[in-house]
Amino acid sequence: MTAHIFSVLVEDSPGVLSRVTGLFSRRGFNIESLAVGHCEQPDTSRITIVVTGNDVQIEQVKKQLNKLIEVIKVLDVSEYEHVERELALIKIRAEPGTARSEIMQIAGIFRAKIIDVGLDTLVVEVTGDSGKITAIEDLLKPYGILELVRTGKIALQRGSALVSSGK
Amino acid sequence: MKSGAQILIEGLKEQGVDIIFGYPGGVVLPIYDELYDADIRHILVRHEQAAIHAADGYARASGKTGVCLATSGPGACNLVTGLATAYMDSIPVVAITGQVPTSLLGNDAFQESDITGITMPVTKHNYLVQDARDLKRIIREAFYIAGTGRKGPVLIDIPKDVSTAMVPDTDGPDDQPRLRGYKPRCQGHSRMIQRAVDLLLQAKRPIIYAGGGVILSDASTELVTLAERLCMPVTTTLMGLGCIPTDHPLNLGMLGMHGTEYANYAITESDLLFSIGVRFDDRVTGKIEAFAPQAKVIHIDIDPAEIGKNKQPDVPIVGDAKSVLTDIIKKIPESCPHPEWSETVAGWKKNHPLRYNSDGKLYPQFVIKTLAKILADKGVIVSEVGQNQMWTAQWFKFTRPRQWISSGGLGTMGYGFPASMGAHFACPDQPVVVLAGDGSFQMNIQELGTVAQYNIPVKVIVLNNQFLGMVRQWQQLFYEHRYSYTELPEVHFERIAKAYGIEGATVTRASDVEAAIRTALLHPGPYVLDIRVEREENVFPMVPAGANISEMIVGHHTEHEEG
Repeated sequence: MTAHIFSVLVEDSPGVLSRVTGLFSRRGFNIESLAVGHCEQPDTSRITIVVTGNDVQIEQVKKQLNKLIEVIKVLDVSEYEHVERELALIKIRAEPGTARSEIMQIAGIFRAKIIDVGLDTLVVEVTGDSGKITAIEDLLKPYGILELVRTGKIALQRGSALVSSGK
Repeated sequence: MKSGAQILIEGLKEQGVDIIFGYPGGVVLPIYDELYDADIRHILVRHEQAAIHAADGYARASGKTGVCLATSGPGACNLVTGLATAYMDSIPVVAITGQVPTSLLGNDAFQESDITGITMPVTKHNYLVQDARDLKRIIREAFYIAGTGRKGPVLIDIPKDVSTAMVPDTDGPDDQPRLRGYKPRCQGHSRMIQRAVDLLLQAKRPIIYAGGGVILSDASTELVTLAERLCMPVTTTLMGLGCIPTDHPLNLGMLGMHGTEYANYAITESDLLFSIGVRFDDRVTGKIEAFAPQAKVIHIDIDPAEIGKNKQPDVPIVGDAKSVLTDIIKKIPESCPHPEWSETVAGWKKNHPLRYNSDGKLYPQFVIKTLAKILADKGVIVSEVGQNQMWTAQWFKFTRPRQWISSGGLGTMGYGFPASMGAHFACPDQPVVVLAGDGSFQMNIQELGTVAQYNIPVKVIVLNNQFLGMVRQWQQLFYEHRYSYTELPEVHFERIAKAYGIEGATVTRASDVEAAIRTALLHPGPYVLDIRVEREENVFPMVPAGANISEMIVGHHTEHEEG
C-alpha cells in the first residue's frame, strides 16, 4: 500500500468533481487528499488526488479515471521525479507573552508566516511537503491549535515534462 | 430561429432515429408537441422502465442506438433500473428526460429530481443542458459516446425552458462534438497481436472464451473463422450466446455457474484461454484462482479497465474485437488442428450432455427445446431473469448473433417483456418470443397494454411454476428447503391477457405444448401462453457461488435427452 499522486486534467464543467469523487467512493478507492483549481489551459481544471492502494488498485484507479468522458489526461506524478507542496493555515491560541514569541520562533524555523495576529490568537501559514506540515503541527499542538486547514497536496513533474492534454 | 424541442427532434433525425419509446409529462410537453407531427414513431409505454428496456431491446436486436423519453422527477427516476441494465451490458441507449425550468433547478420544485446526479454511476456519460444553443452539439456527442468504444447509455436532461427557448439555427464549429477526453481505441497493438498469435500456434489445448463484446462489435464471423482455423472449441458467456451457432461442432455452449459440464471441464484443462469481449464475471469464473488454472491468458477488450481487473492476462490487447480478430486471422493463414484435444473435448461432450427428465411430465426444458425445433433458424428470443433465462440459454439453439436478448450483468427481472417490444421494431419480420417466469412477467406485466394498443406481435411464454424459481432453488440447495417468501399464488395469465384484448392459452400437459406454441406463433398479434411446468424443477449443472467451476452439482436426472 503506497501513496500515489494523480494529476488529472479535466473539462472545467459543472459536475466533473462529483464524477471523479463518485468514482472513488463507488469503487472503494481511498482519497487521502484532493485539490482542485484552474490550470494553464482555458476551460480546463487540474485535480490532484492522493490515493493509497496496492498496484492492482492503483492501476484500476488510473484506468477508471481515464474512462470518464470529461477526464482529459491522468498522470501518476509519483512515478516520476516531481515536486510536491501543501499549504496549511493554523490558528493557535497565543496569549501575549512568552507563548506568543515561542510560536513566532517556531514559525521562523519552518519559514512559516504569521498572517494574522489577534488579541489572543495567531494564524500561521506554512508551505511544504506533508512531513513538514505535520512536524510544525506537532510542535504547535501544546500551545493549543484552535483550527487547522490543509489544502491537500499539489504536485508537478520536474524539468520540461508536462501533463499535456490528449490521452 | 428554432426552439430547443425542434433542435432536439432534428438532432434525433440526423442520428437516424425513427422510433422512440416514451411517456409524457409536464416538462416534456414542448417536446411532445414537436413529436406530434414529426417523422419519428413514438410508442407510448405504460411505465417509463419499460420505455428504456424497449429502447435497450431495440439496440440489442438492431445494433443501432435505442432512444427513450421520459418526464422529470418520477419519470426520470423510473429509468434508473433500465440505465443500470444497459450500462452493465454495454448497450447503446440515449435517454432523454425533461427537467424543471433552469430558474427552479435546485429548489425542490414539483417533479424535480437531480437525475444527472442520480444516474452518474449507471451511465457512460450524462448531460444537464443549460442552454438551448448547446443542444445540437450535445445530441451529437451523446450518440457518439453511446455507440462507440465500450458502448453504453447516455442521458440528456433538458429543462423545460431549454425546450421552449428560441435560438438561432446554426451549424458551425461550436455545434460539433468537443470531446477532448474521449478517444476510444479500436486497433490492437501490433506487438501484442503477434504475441497472441505465437501463443495460439504453440498451444496444445486452446479454448475461446467469448462474450458480449463479440456481439457488440459484430465480430461473430471472424470469431468462427479463427476457431475453425485453429480447431479451437468455443465457450460463450450468457451475453455471447449466438456468436457461434449452438449446433457448430466447436461450440461448447455456455460456461460458468449454469454452464455445460464440458465447457467448464475444457476451461479447467485448457493451456491457453483466448478471452474476447468478456470481463471474467464471478458468475462465469466461480473461484477466480481456480479458473483456467493451467492456461496462459490472452484478453482482448475495448475497455482498458477490464484488462487485469479480475484476472491478470499474459497478453493484454486493448481493441475492438472485430479489428483484433481480423489482424490475428491474417497472421494464421493455415489451419492447425489439435486432434488429441479435440478428442478429449468431444469425449466430455458425449459423456456429460445437458439433461432433464423425460418421464412425461411438463418440464420447462422441454418447452424451450420444442420452441427451438419449431422456430429452426428464425426468431428473436428474449428472456426474463432467473430459471427461465438459464434454461433458455442452455436449451435454445441459437443460430446467429443478436438473436438472444437478455439482461446479463444486472439480471433485471421485468426486463424481457418490454425489451421484446423493442426487438420487434428492430426485426419486424422475425417472430419475437419472450421466455418468462411467472415472477418476472409480473414485474412489467402492464406492458400488455402497450402491445395491445400497437398490436405488437410478441409471444410471451410463461414458464409458470408459481415460485420465484431461482431463489427457491437456492433455498432448496443451500437453505435446507426453507422456502422463505418465494411461493407465488396461481395467476391465470390467459385471463389477464384477454382483459387487455390479447389472445392466450393455458397448457398443463406436455403433449399439448407443441400445438400450443404453433398456434401462438401463427397468431398475427400478441399472444400469452401460460405453461404450467413442474414446480420444483432445478437448473443444472450448477456451480455453487464462489466454488471451483469444475465442481458442479449435476442434479438427479435419471433419464436424459440431448440434441
